Amino acid sequence: MPTYKLTINGQSHTASAPADMPLLWVLRDLLDLKGTKYGCGIGQCGACAVHLNGVPARACMTPVSTATTMKITTIEGLSMDGSHPLQKAWCELDVPQCGYCQAGQIMCAAALLAGNPSPTDEDIDGALAGNICRCATYLRIRAGVKRAAQLMAAG
Amino acid sequence: MTTPTMNRRSFLRASGLAGGGLVLGFYFKSTGRALGAQVVNASAGAPAAFSPHALIRIAPDGVVTLISKRPEMGQGVKTSLPMIIAEQLEVNWKDVVIEQGDLNAAYGDSQGAGGSSSTPTDYEPFHRIGATARTILVEAAAQTWGVPAGECYAANAAVHHRPSGKTLEYGDLVAKAATLPVPDAASVKLKDPKDYKLLGTRVGGVDNPKIVTGQPLFGMDVKLPGMLYAVYEKCPAFGGKVVSANVDQIKGLPGVKDAFVLEGTANLRGLMPGVAIIAENTWAALSARRQLKVTWDEGKVADTSWDKFVAQARELSTKPGARVLRKDGDVDAAFAGAARVVEAEYVYPFISHACLEPQNCTAHWKDGVMEIWAPSQQPAGAHGLVTSTLKLSGDKVIVHLTRSGGGFGRRLSHDFVVEAAAIAQKVNAPVKLTWTREDDLRHDHYRPGGLHFLKGAVDANGRVVAWKNNFFTFGNGAQPGSGGNLGGDEFPGRWVPNYLAEQTVFDCGWPMGPWRAPGSCIFAWVIHSFIDELANAAGRDPFEFRLDLLGERDQMPGGGGRGGGTYNVARMRNVLKLAAEKSGWGRKEFAKGQGAGIAFHFSHRGYIAEVAEVTVAKDGQLKVDRVVAACDVGAQIVNLSGAENQVEGSVIDGIGTMMFQELNIERGRVVQGNFHEYPMIRIADAPAKVEVHFPKTNYPTTGLGEPAIPPIAPAVCNAIFAATGKRVRQFPLSRVDLRWS
Repeated sequence: MPTYKLTINGQSHTASAPADMPLLWVLRDLLDLKGTKYGCGIGQCGACAVHLNGVPARACMTPVSTATTMKITTIEGLSMDGSHPLQKAWCELDVPQCGYCQAGQIMCAAALLAGNPSPTDEDIDGALAGNICRCATYLRIRAGVKRAAQLMAAG
Repeated sequence: MTTPTMNRRSFLRASGLAGGGLVLGFYFKSTGRALGAQVVNASAGAPAAFSPHALIRIAPDGVVTLISKRPEMGQGVKTSLPMIIAEQLEVNWKDVVIEQGDLNAAYGDSQGAGGSSSTPTDYEPFHRIGATARTILVEAAAQTWGVPAGECYAANAAVHHRPSGKTLEYGDLVAKAATLPVPDAASVKLKDPKDYKLLGTRVGGVDNPKIVTGQPLFGMDVKLPGMLYAVYEKCPAFGGKVVSANVDQIKGLPGVKDAFVLEGTANLRGLMPGVAIIAENTWAALSARRQLKVTWDEGKVADTSWDKFVAQARELSTKPGARVLRKDGDVDAAFAGAARVVEAEYVYPFISHACLEPQNCTAHWKDGVMEIWAPSQQPAGAHGLVTSTLKLSGDKVIVHLTRSGGGFGRRLSHDFVVEAAAIAQKVNAPVKLTWTREDDLRHDHYRPGGLHFLKGAVDANGRVVAWKNNFFTFGNGAQPGSGGNLGGDEFPGRWVPNYLAEQTVFDCGWPMGPWRAPGSCIFAWVIHSFIDELANAAGRDPFEFRLDLLGERDQMPGGGGRGGGTYNVARMRNVLKLAAEKSGWGRKEFAKGQGAGIAFHFSHRGYIAEVAEVTVAKDGQLKVDRVVAACDVGAQIVNLSGAENQVEGSVIDGIGTMMFQELNIERGRVVQGNFHEYPMIRIADAPAKVEVHFPKTNYPTTGLGEPAIPPIAPAVCNAIFAATGKRVRQFPLSRVDLRWS
C-alpha cells in the first residue's frame, strides 16, 4: 500500500492508504482528525469541507493521492485556539443546534471571507449553497458570517 | 416523573455506574481516545466532592459539575436543563462544568429525549435539585459560623452571612455539607422567578467551543484502542432475508478482517438480517462492500408500492373508512342543507429523518459485557433492544451517550445499535458500525405518507357546519405507524357540530417511526389548508374565520392534539391574535404574486400560531419572505437563545420538508439513495426573517423541539393561495405547478 506525505494544518503527516481512499477517511480514521464530518460521501452536503491551498474542497471526493502536493487545512487548523472570527461569531450568536454540519459551514464561510470581507446575504447564500444544515440554522449562519466580517473589520 | 428523594444512599450509589460495584469502563474523552479500562469503585468513589444528587458534584476546589442526563441532538437540553439547577444553586454559569451522563439507574428514568418532553419532565424536579443543594450549603455555612441559617444567603457560588458580611465559598463548605442530612426536596424553598438571573437569558450551547474547533463529540467520532470498522448491508426490500452471500471472497479483499451473515429477527425496528463486513478502516469496509453480492429473499413486501396504495385509496375513498375515529351529528344531512360545500383530496409522501450524522454505533464485547457508545435519543431503549435481542442480562449491557448529529425522532429507534452489538459479539475487538447515507435513507423508520379525502361545509353565515375526513394511512397489521394515527379529537373535531373522521390503514410492511412532531407535523397542513378552503368558500378573512371557529369558550375538554390534555382555547386564541398583530395581518397590501397565510396548531403541550408571507414568481418559484411565530410554551423560557433557535429551525425545517421531501417506495424499497435525489432545504431557500414571540403565560413551562413545526406548512400554503389563487393539496411543492400569469 502506498504511503502519502500530507501537509495538514501546517504539520507533516504520513498515511498508508490505497490511492483512492478519500481524504475524509484518511483524516478521520488514520489521523484521528474528527472535525471533518461524513454526511453523504458524494459531495452533496458539505459536512466534510476542508481547504486545499486555501480553496474549499470536499474531502469525501478528494482521493488522498491528489492531496499530497497541497496545503490541507481542516477545522482543527482554522485557528490555533478557536479564535478565528467565524469561530468567535458562531459562539457569540449560538449558531449550532446539533453542530454536525458546522465545521463544514465554517470552512466554506472562511474561504468566502478571505476573498470578500463584507459579504451580502446573496454572497453568503452562494458560498454556502453546498452545505446542508439539517437543523436549519441558516438564519444564524447568515448572521454569524456577517458578525465575523465585523469582527475582522474591527481587527 | 416525581421529585427524586435524596438521601445518603442514592448519593453514594450515584458515584458509581449503573448497578454499583466494580464496573469496567472505557471512557471516551474529548481527545477522541478512550483512556483505557478504568476501575470505578462505587464505595471508594464516595467522594471528597459534595454530591447531594446524582446530577450535582461540587469539588473542594469549588468546581461545580452538573450532569446532563438526557441526550443532546441539537435541541439544546445539555445547556438548558442544567441551567435550571444552576439558577437555584446560585452558581455562575461560566464556572459550571457540564458533563454528559451515560445511561445510569441513579438518574432515575429512561433518560429519553422525545416528544418535547425533556423540559416539562425535568423543569420542576431540577429546580428542587438545585435548591436542595443550595439549602444544604447554606446550612453548612450557618453551622460553621454558629449563626441561624435564616441570616445567610447563597450567591455567586458562596454563602454570605448578612449581618457580619462573612463569606464562605462553596468549595470550602464541601466537607461540612457532605455530612449534613439531605432535606426532602418538596420542602426546600425555591427562588422567586423575579429573582432569576440565568433563566430566560440567552446562553450559548455548552458544546459550541468544541463544535467550532472540530473536537470529537458525536457517535461518529468515537475511537477506541484496537477498534475495527464495520458496514452492514441489508436487503433493499424491507424485511428481506439473506439467502447467500459471497462472504468468502469479501474476506480476502484488502483491509478486510471478517465478513459474515447475521440472520437477524423479524422486527422491522430491530436487528434485520444482513451481511457485515469488518475492516481496518471505514474506507476498506466501504470498498469491499462494492464487491459484495447477496441473494435476497425479498418476501411479499416486494409486491408493495406507494403508487398502488394511492390508487387503492382513491378507489376506496367514496366508501366508508375501515374505522370511525369520531362521529358527531350527521354530516350528510349538514352537507345537504349547507350554503357551500367543498371537497378536496390532500396527499403527502413518506419522508425520511435524514439526520446529517448517519446512524452509527460503537460496541465492544468483552468478558460477557457489551459496552456501547451510541448517538441515541433514548439510551434505555437501546439497552432494552440489545438485552432482549442478544439475550443478555441488563447488567451486562452498558450504554454511553454521545452527542447526536440530529435526531428528529430517528434515534428513538435503535436498529443501528443492536446491529453494532450483534456484530461486536462476533469480533474480538471494539467495532464501530457506520451507516452510509444510502443506508440511512433506505433503512429509516419513515414518517408515513397519507391521503385525506375531505368534505366540508359552511352555512349562510359563513360558519363551519360539517367536516368529513376519510383518511388513508399506513401501518403494520391494523395499527398505523407512528405519526399515522389521526386522533379522534384532532382539531376541528369537537368544534364542528357535524363531524366524521374515518381511518383506513394499509398494512404495508414498511418501517415507520416518529418524525419530529409525529402526526401533527403533517395533519396541521391538511387541516389548516382545508380550513382556508372553507374560509375562502365563505368569503371570509382567514384569521377572522379561525378566531370564529375557535369560539368563545376558554377550555375544550376531552383532549387535544398529540401530547396534550384539555385544549386550552384561550391560549390558542391569544397566540393567533398575537401572530396576526405582530405580522400586521389585514393591514398590509400585497401585490399579485405576494400574500400572507396563517395557521395554528396545538401539539406537545405548546400553543403556536404562525403567519407566513411569500412571493411566488410568475415562473412558480416560491420564496418565503417572512415568518412570524407566536409560541405559548408557558411561564418561563429557559434559554432564550436555544428557544428562538428551535423555533427558527422548526420553521425552516418545515418549509424544506414541504418544498422538497419525498420518498418513492417501489417494490417494497426506497428509490432515493442520497441528497441529490432527496434534496434538503439549503440556505438560499431559508426565509430572510423569522420573528419569534414568546408570550409569558401562567402555565407550566413546556418543550420546543417540535410544536413550532406543524403550523408552518399550512401558513405557507395559505400564503401561496393568497398570492396566486393556487391551492396546494400535494407535497412536496416541487411537484406542484405554481406558475401564474
